Amino acid sequence: MSPEKMIRMANQIAMFFETKPHAEGVNGVAAHINDFWEPRMRRQLLDHLATGGEGLRPLVLEGADLIRKPKAA
Amino acid sequence: MKDFILPDADYGTPAARAKETVTLNIDGYDVTVPAGTSIMRAAMEAGISIPKLCATDSVDAFGSCRLCLVEIDGRAGTPASCTTPVAPGIRVHTQSEAVQTIRRGVMELYASDHPVPGLTDAANGDSELQSMAARVGLREIRYQPVAQHVRQYGADGTSNPDWKPIDDSNPYFSYDPSKCIVCSLCVRACDEVQGTFALTIEGRGFDSRMSAGMADDNYLSSDCVSCGACVQVCPTGSLQEKSIAQMGLPDRSVITTCAYCGVGCNFKAEMRGDELVRMVPYKHGPANRGHSCVKGRFAYGYATHRDRILKPMIRENFSDPWKEVSWDEALGFAATRMKDIITRHGQKSVGVVTSSRCTNEESYLVQKLTRAVFMNNNTDTCARVCHSPTGYGLGQTFGTSAGTQDFDSVEHCDVALVIGANPAAAHPVFASRLKKRLRGGAKLIVVDPRRSETMEGPHYEASHHLALRPGTNVIILSALAHVIVTEKLYDEAFIRTRCDWDEFQDYAEFITDPRHSPEATEALTGVPAAEVRGAARLYATGGNAAIYYGLGVTEHSQGSTAVIGIANLAMMTGNIGRAGVGVNPLRGQNNVQGSCDMGSFPHELPGYRHVKNPEVRAIYEKAWGVEIDPEPGLRINNMLDAAIDGSFKALYCQGEDILQSDPDSQHTAAGLAAMELVIVHDLFLNETANYAHVFFPGSTFLEKDGTFTNAERRINMVRQVMAPKQGYADWEVTQLLANAMGANWTYTHPSQIMDEIAMTTPSFAGVTYEKLDRLGSIQWPCNDSAPEGTPMMHIDGFVRGKGKFIRTEYVATDERTGPRYPLLLTTGRVLSQYNVGAQTRRTENVVWYDEDILEMHPHDAENRGIRDGELVRLASRSGETSLRVWVTDKVSPGVVFTTFHHPGIMANVVTTDYSDWATNCPEYKVTAVQVSPSNGPSEWQETYERHSEQSRRILPAAE
Ligand code: SF4
Ligand code: SF4
Ligand code: FES
Repeated sequence: MSPEKMIRMANQIAMFFETKPHAEGVNGVAAHINDFWEPRMRRQLLDHLATGGEGLRPLVLEGADLIRKPKAA
Repeated sequence: MKDFILPDADYGTPAARAKETVTLNIDGYDVTVPAGTSIMRAAMEAGISIPKLCATDSVDAFGSCRLCLVEIDGRAGTPASCTTPVAPGIRVHTQSEAVQTIRRGVMELYASDHPVPGLTDAANGDSELQSMAARVGLREIRYQPVAQHVRQYGADGTSNPDWKPIDDSNPYFSYDPSKCIVCSLCVRACDEVQGTFALTIEGRGFDSRMSAGMADDNYLSSDCVSCGACVQVCPTGSLQEKSIAQMGLPDRSVITTCAYCGVGCNFKAEMRGDELVRMVPYKHGPANRGHSCVKGRFAYGYATHRDRILKPMIRENFSDPWKEVSWDEALGFAATRMKDIITRHGQKSVGVVTSSRCTNEESYLVQKLTRAVFMNNNTDTCARVCHSPTGYGLGQTFGTSAGTQDFDSVEHCDVALVIGANPAAAHPVFASRLKKRLRGGAKLIVVDPRRSETMEGPHYEASHHLALRPGTNVIILSALAHVIVTEKLYDEAFIRTRCDWDEFQDYAEFITDPRHSPEATEALTGVPAAEVRGAARLYATGGNAAIYYGLGVTEHSQGSTAVIGIANLAMMTGNIGRAGVGVNPLRGQNNVQGSCDMGSFPHELPGYRHVKNPEVRAIYEKAWGVEIDPEPGLRINNMLDAAIDGSFKALYCQGEDILQSDPDSQHTAAGLAAMELVIVHDLFLNETANYAHVFFPGSTFLEKDGTFTNAERRINMVRQVMAPKQGYADWEVTQLLANAMGANWTYTHPSQIMDEIAMTTPSFAGVTYEKLDRLGSIQWPCNDSAPEGTPMMHIDGFVRGKGKFIRTEYVATDERTGPRYPLLLTTGRVLSQYNVGAQTRRTENVVWYDEDILEMHPHDAENRGIRDGELVRLASRSGETSLRVWVTDKVSPGVVFTTFHHPGIMANVVTTDYSDWATNCPEYKVTAVQVSPSNGPSEWQETYERHSEQSRRILPAAE
């Protein structure tokens, strides 16, 4: 998936959870991604986060550690 | 005569609703019926059938034929039993000498003017007139004909100006005015059951007869929507299916379920041998109550269309022609390639897609194939692209991914709020039931960018039409909630007992903010604030209020948020948990509900249980003897992305045409082209098959057993009425593929698949084929505490415990208009066509709609120098296509509308790959476009046309 598309999808999720209390929002974003993103997609996101996560909204950046690492393929 | 009553006997007049009962005596038998029942119906309940011509139990009695006369002790004369209500203690005689003489006289008059069908008449054996003549013992006809319209030539051989020829304009039925006895049943059925009011009685006295539309109209040019209700009630064969004239009368019938939309109408498939003669709506179908629409009733000709592929086919590359092969060879080819890909690229490089058109049993097997044989969770269904946000939104707020009511509930509703749905076109039988209630006094609010057919009709009109700009659903829903909360119209008692009061406080604080007010948002939505306030007040205070919504809600980047907004509205006004209220998603395809229930989504096992839960996995690991992957799999759009990235290589696609129905066709095509193996399992060489390597011919709903689950959570039986023309029912093909890959499945009938579903899925625990046969249908949950199913949900408490209010902040879609693409395109359906049209385009339904049309407002057209009926070019940043334009004020300025029924137009070339934040449901309903005059097909259309021709070549089988 193109990096722009991935960033847009992650940010869309973040925007929904931005209306929640902060901690709940951070957890919500990570939980949603863990529940619905296939390992390949999470890996791509985590790789992007590892290099600074440019373009991602704060809630995604803050939740980075909560996103489950996929097992090596 | 007291007799056993056949289950679909005609009781003559509709059932009375009263609670009080009345006891009377008919022909010596005491009968107890609800007050207000007609004598005719009371007699029928006692097993006594009174002759009749102008009455049937789907419409109110009219009392014109005088055949149903009876005598009542102590009353003068012979009242008509269809229009005379029962009274306590009366003694009725249905067969006295006097009434028999009168009946014979009435029949003699009819028969003198309308010859009773003879041996060679198509109506022979299918005419009430004929059977009544026999029943009353008509033996001689003493009168000369009086009516002038019956014979083509007068006695002197000159042609008769009053005679009218047969009207054959409708492709499915004909109308012969000379047989009409002016009983007006057809007119009443069109008015009361269908709600279209297309038919009238024209002329007076002996010269009168039924006429469709105005004097110079025929059936096709009138407002008729071809639902078939008039044909159903006509007692003379004046209105009759053409198939009867062509094939003769059926000799057996099988009850089954329509395979088109999510209403899930039951039909009797009337057969002669293994030929289908006609489909007749089944009066005990709980979703349709004897009514139908043009698709289910008539559009089944695709099942025998010459385009149907009946032999398996394979090819090395999709640029090669197809080669017809045996099932063994095709299965071997597919299995070998699939295994090889898994070895080379890993377990997660392959997946499946099923369709919401397939049965529950088929969907269940396909997800089992990927989970237990491919060993991954890469399974998705086309429900992804329509109602996945419903699953998420209602799951979060209420705790179940399903509608709350049954369709009967609409009869008790006082206010219907219809959002992003056009049932008159997409869910016609539900629309008829809704319109009936609206004519009865219920109020209607419509939220739709377009003035759809549902908005107004004969004898009703929407109280409020919120014609919003596409993409602003969430703002409108929030504005409605803002009014209800700030004007304190909410139901505090309901919220306190059924929801979490603190959560509501939090939500109220959010929604009270003036930025959500109708006044503050008017500029964004284009809807006058007063209209929004009026609608909110009506919804909150107008009595039983029900929300019906469709894909106009879900297919947005904030589809899930909008569904949550809808749930919030219903909870805050206490419109949950009783008849007449609720939240009702209108499902597009017949089995959207079922395919979601069956675990077709990549993150959940059957029954909406996430694959991450070890207890749930354990159930299937035990049942299937495999280990289940705890990670969510890829969704359709993710599969295509992964294919383009090179990590997804093979797809088994059952019954779904992803190339035509998914957004951004060029992206879909690129994804398919990047795969090494695409297996298409379908009736026709669909658009996806242009990129396929293996084609498994599919079976139609007439050729297999199984179940569909409709929008009411109702599990309906689909019954095989003829042998599969290509050899195997679809579930057998999936099993053959699984077994060719080493699985050892041994199902011999779909009922065994249902048994496995029941064994592993709590909400289906009590479902068996035996029970479905006995009860006719079952609404899940069906288990020990609800052994016969659950018509209404959340009666005493929500499935999740307390209903959950969730904030719904508006986020504008990234898809915005600008100088290059200044218009907003939204998409939808028409009545006569269904989805990608693969079936309906291969029927006579094309007389109503043979190409996709772009609707455009006169202002926008004029600015661009576009005239009605011209070919225009429709372009977005994704692609462009050409189609014909209809200049109309049904759409607002700035908005254009089209359908996606025809592959030559491929509206999805222009839609984008933006999608819902929670579920990736594509944003079909909002695309920024430009429209300009055109002089021919777009480049994509031409290239694609060439590619299609190329890839549809079939080499004859080697001898
Ligand atoms: S067409 Fe048939 S149903 Fe209609 S008025 Fe004539 S006889 Fe009655
Ligand atoms: S298409 Fe829908 S409304 Fe029409 S007959 Fe079939 S199930 Fe009923
Ligand atoms: S059936 Fe009663 S008058 Fe015709």
